[in-house]
Amino acid sequence: MSDAALLKKPWQSMARQRDAGTFGIWVFLASEMLFFGALILTYTVYRVSDPAAFTAAARETDIWYGTINTAILLTSSLTMAVAVQASTAALGFRRLIVACLSLTVALGVAFLVVKGFEYKEDIEHHLVPGLHFALAQPAAQIFFALYWVLTGVHAIHLTIGLGLVSRLALLIWRRKLVFDDNPEIEVTGLYWHLVDIIWIFLYPLIYLPGRAS
Amino acid sequence: MSDALATGNLPFPPRPDYLRNGRTVTSWLTTTDHKRIAILFALAITFFFFLAGAAITAVRIELLSPQGHFMTSDTYNKLFSFHGIVMVWFFLVPSIPNTFGNFLIPMMIGAPDVAFPRLNLLSWYLFMIAGLVTVYMLVAGGVDTGWTFYTPYSTMFSNTHVLAAAAGVFIAGFSSIASGVNFITTIHMLRAPGMTWFRLPLFVWAIYATSIIVVLATPVLAISLMLVIAERWLGLPIFDPAHGGDPILFQHLFWFYSHPAVYIMILPAMGVVSEIIPCFARRRIFGYDFMVYAMLAIAGIGFFVWGHHMFVSGMSPYAGLVFSFLSFIIAVPSAIKVFNWTASLYRGQISFDAPMLYALGFVGLFTTGGLSGLFLASIPVDVHVTDTYFVVAHFHYIMVGGSVSAFFAALHFWWPKITGRMYPESWGRFGAILMYFGFNLTFFPQFLAGYLGMPRRYHTYPPEFQIYNIMSSSGAAILAAAYLLPLGYLTWSLFYGKRAGSNPWRATGLEWTTTSPPPPENFDSQPRVDRAPYDYHPEGYSAGLGEPEVQNAREVE
Repeated sequence: MSDAALLKKPWQSMARQRDAGTFGIWVFLASEMLFFGALILTYTVYRVSDPAAFTAAARETDIWYGTINTAILLTSSLTMAVAVQASTAALGFRRLIVACLSLTVALGVAFLVVKGFEYKEDIEHHLVPGLHFALAQPAAQIFFALYWVLTGVHAIHLTIGLGLVSRLALLIWRRKLVFDDNPEIEVTGLYWHLVDIIWIFLYPLIYLPGRAS
Repeated sequence: MSDALATGNLPFPPRPDYLRNGRTVTSWLTTTDHKRIAILFALAITFFFFLAGAAITAVRIELLSPQGHFMTSDTYNKLFSFHGIVMVWFFLVPSIPNTFGNFLIPMMIGAPDVAFPRLNLLSWYLFMIAGLVTVYMLVAGGVDTGWTFYTPYSTMFSNTHVLAAAAGVFIAGFSSIASGVNFITTIHMLRAPGMTWFRLPLFVWAIYATSIIVVLATPVLAISLMLVIAERWLGLPIFDPAHGGDPILFQHLFWFYSHPAVYIMILPAMGVVSEIIPCFARRRIFGYDFMVYAMLAIAGIGFFVWGHHMFVSGMSPYAGLVFSFLSFIIAVPSAIKVFNWTASLYRGQISFDAPMLYALGFVGLFTTGGLSGLFLASIPVDVHVTDTYFVVAHFHYIMVGGSVSAFFAALHFWWPKITGRMYPESWGRFGAILMYFGFNLTFFPQFLAGYLGMPRRYHTYPPEFQIYNIMSSSGAAILAAAYLLPLGYLTWSLFYGKRAGSNPWRATGLEWTTTSPPPPENFDSQPRVDRAPYDYHPEGYSAGLGEPEVQNAREVE
């Protein structure tokens, strides 16, 4: 059975190993929540202390790039979820799994490309805090400082996710990895969804303030 | 094998123990054996301990005279900052969890290894990279912000290597989190048959509570240091008051980690002492359930007391009230533990071997440190003693008197298990007593000097405080000797020490049922557990002199 190939030290049963893998990644995700939580707290504190500057600054962001990226990332979570389901079904969906994982990678790269264009535009519009900053309010610089930190840290997480997913896709494509019921796929999937969920919080915090009024 | 023969069992086939299972350097650097990784961590933190100890020795020599003749104020600032940063993140935080926790958790719960052995090794490499960055920081010229990296000094004004220091601590955080995730998963998923939650040794509970704090608090430290790095390196004005930034926010983020971090450093020590006291008093631990709940309560409440570091930083009186109240509340579970340790001694047959001396020293010093903490939780007294040597003394009573004493207790208690050799007992006792007196001579005068108003972190001081500083510095010399002494005799015992049997202390606990040193997979057959821990001296019976009825892996088939 495929179980023998997947069983690792120090486990005696595949079910236990799988439970431990998902349990471990959930504990890690809890840690990640506090990581981004601290950043979002910082954002909240400053937004409460100078709401006008924050809305003015948020209006300078490009909502199109942000919205397109949200759609891209949500779709990538769908393809990732399909890959995980296809793997746990254990019915030999090798091509489906490879296709979905590759699509996930492609969408993740597309996100980074769009983000790159957005960064380029931001730099051209002098939205990097410093001497020639575009906006007059002092706290607008804090908004953009947090914008760069939040999206930057998110992009780093996404890049790590890209590495993990492309590794799986490549190994399964080259038949180097058992794909049916392999807990690695589910664990990677959970991490990918975290990256997605973080973005769902970042999108309204960065792009939506000041748009309605 | 002679044990097995004596009890009438067939001998198991000979197999190498974990120390002799591969002799090359590569076999150590690529090992996934939790016991070897524990040794790797132990070597690393010993190095950092003596490095940071050397820095503070220079500081103590400097403080002998009020004017300070040996170094400039800048050098002084760099030395105490280096001492703080390295002692906290490169010794105390990883000390007990990553050495004894790593070594003992799988053995205590009857598992062959931790849940994620490769992650465990990665944690060590991350730690070494972090250590390398920090050593680079020292060689490049040091940092003068203190271990707290307060903004705006760290972000805008300090002209030292803040970036390298912050980056080192940032990377060390990943190592902490990796180990924390690993321990939590191990304790949840790898307990032996019959090892229910309330049969876990208290040391395992302590590491469990510690790991929860590590996993939930360390990311906040990572963020606060990352923002310092972003402001310093990229010029993003996050804590810059000129742009509406708030330096106090940094303090909130920093202490949200760094107060729980105090419990990261003390909870494992409490676990160690809870193992040693029952063994050397031949008594079941008093109030096992309450000990567990107390540790979990400390871990939980510990997240909500950080504001007591900031009573003078400017905070709403209502917030101050709540933080003060909670800081008093957290003394309750700590007191429960002290009372239970004491009650465990009652009607025990106490023997004063070196681990027990260290453990009893821990109880006394932790109580002193904890009681002085109540002074600091009370706002009016705190305002008076903030940033004085009173705080320094309080902190060191918990961290050095508490955690470091417990570290040495654990080192002596499990040394036979880890190395297979006994340490020389009289030297061990002498070292324990020397450390206790050296410690008190160093830090008790600081309570007095601090209460009288001597500020901390100053290079020079008014002459009326000289007597306290001379006492303190002479104590530090004794303390240094007491730390170097075990380095000598423990190394000696590696080669010439008496061979230890599987269970030299006649202790309960699964780790004592396997050979010393243990085989690579810890147990020859899967251990099974059918009773609660600390089965030493059941209620109503006098303590026997023979072996306690422990579960012996070699007897269960």
